[in-house]
Amino acid sequence: MTGHLSEPLRACLPVREELDIVLARTCARELARRGGFPDAATEAAATAISEVARNIIVHAGMGEILLEVVKERGRRELVVLACDRGPGIPDLDRAMLDGYSTAGGLGLGLSSARRLMDEFHVVSRVGKGTVVTMKKWAA
Amino acid sequence: MSVPVLRLGDVLIASIQAALTDRDLLQLRDDLSDQVGRFRARGVIVDVTALDVLDSSAIRTVRDLAHTTRLRGARTVVVGIQPEVAFAMVQLGLTLEGVATALDLDEGLALLRQEDA
Repeated sequence: MTGHLSEPLRACLPVREELDIVLARTCARELARRGGFPDAATEAAATAISEVARNIIVHAGMGEILLEVVKERGRRELVVLACDRGPGIPDLDRAMLDGYSTAGGLGLGLSSARRLMDEFHVVSRVGKGTVVTMKKWAA
Repeated sequence: MSVPVLRLGDVLIASIQAALTDRDLLQLRDDLSDQVGRFRARGVIVDVTALDVLDSSAIRTVRDLAHTTRLRGARTVVVGIQPEVAFAMVQLGLTLEGVATALDLDEGLALLRQEDA
């Protein structure tokens, strides 16, 4: 069972335009700070959230990001859910490779986010959308 | 949000004051390329101390900025990368290769003067 912190540290953020990328990572930073995360873990999570938020804008146009600090097995974790109802990712294995992009970018979004987080999981259905779940541990 | 650019002799100093969107950073790249010509600048310093995140898109834009101004005849030095930002960049595997960096504004100016001499 997930034990919550005394103060609920969670947020649900719409991602519709570029500015929302900045707002999502700013909010994540604030939650991580209040959750007592070290600076390096906070920065890594904020950077990963920036990547997945941009992926939503570029590939799906809109979506949302849910953030929550939870206590699991005595450890604080920042849990990130990035969801969209976009076109989905046809070839997930390729999408996770460095330098693979369908949108003309650097193709580093998903692989970057995975490197920066402690846990990373993607579920995608073509024509339905994509959900990225990732976690950063406080220690 | 636009980034203020100051002139100090033949050096342009762009001091980023807050978190920027992708578009703001692209605008800075274009503005600096333009101003290098207008003010006949020889050096450019981009101070990223207040930038919250250097993700893959921001790193690409900063790298492009440095290469663009180089082609326009000015050297760019990126200063003020914070320790935790540097650590995240290393984890990302993106390290601004080919771009000069310095600890802060003073060190950046010293580096440009050194190269001028």
